[in-house]
Amino acid sequence: MVDLSGRILLGDDSAYLRKMIRSLLDEGRTRIVLNLGDVDYIDSSGIGELVSGYSAVRSRGGELKLLNLNRRVRDLLQLTKLYTVFDVHTEEAMALRSFL
Amino acid sequence: MEPDTKHLELTLQTKVESVSLAEEACLRVAEAAGFGEDECYRIGMSVREGVINAFHYGNEERPEKKIYLSVEMTPEKMVIRVLDEGAGFDVKSVPDPLAEENLLSTSGRGIFLMRAFMDEFEVAQGRTGGAEVIMTKRLPGPAAASPNGDGAAPRCES
Repeated sequence: MVDLSGRILLGDDSAYLRKMIRSLLDEGRTRIVLNLGDVDYIDSSGIGELVSGYSAVRSRGGELKLLNLNRRVRDLLQLTKLYTVFDVHTEEAMALRSFL
Repeated sequence: MEPDTKHLELTLQTKVESVSLAEEACLRVAEAAGFGEDECYRIGMSVREGVINAFHYGNEERPEKKIYLSVEMTPEKMVIRVLDEGAGFDVKSVPDPLAEENLLSTSGRGIFLMRAFMDEFEVAQGRTGGAEVIMTKRLPGPAAASPNGDGAAPRCES
């Protein structure tokens, strides 16, 4: 489980997310939940990083799930049809149980 | 230009920091014009995406090139233009990010978001020969704009 906060935008924020997911994969962690509860803003670059992370984790046979989306992030994923691509949860316990 | 039209122009460097600078400038204008919080978010996001495209695709991240941002406020609408110094492009050639085969693409959603968030959107060839994105948002009606009126939209926060 990774708690993210702030904004995921073009530049350092997106690069941080990319490095963090790559680092987890390098450690052999392929079942990842990104808690976006404190993320209030994502732009197209941030969406691109989430998709990139999702594909990278899947290519290692793992799963990347999202937890606690705020209204704007949820609306953005629905608008871009990614809400149905990602496994999205509202409760941490359910997100963790979904790996079993 | 109409007598009660206000105009703001910024020349931005081709660097990542210009994206947030442009967004912040437009948010201040939108807030002063009376747009609500959600509309400010949509305007800010659209400006961000327009400048990202100019930075990355238009100017190919080349620091010697400039990005020109202009904002025109009339009593009815806010018109935002983002012009780059690239080669221009045909907006019809941009792949649909909602197509099944593009859903997992890591890029290509900026124009889609600008179209979705603004009332009008077009791409023209600008005076530099580069692409000029022109986006319009109509001002809220009197009820929505009233700071104290019932049903007033929350004011934007940047």
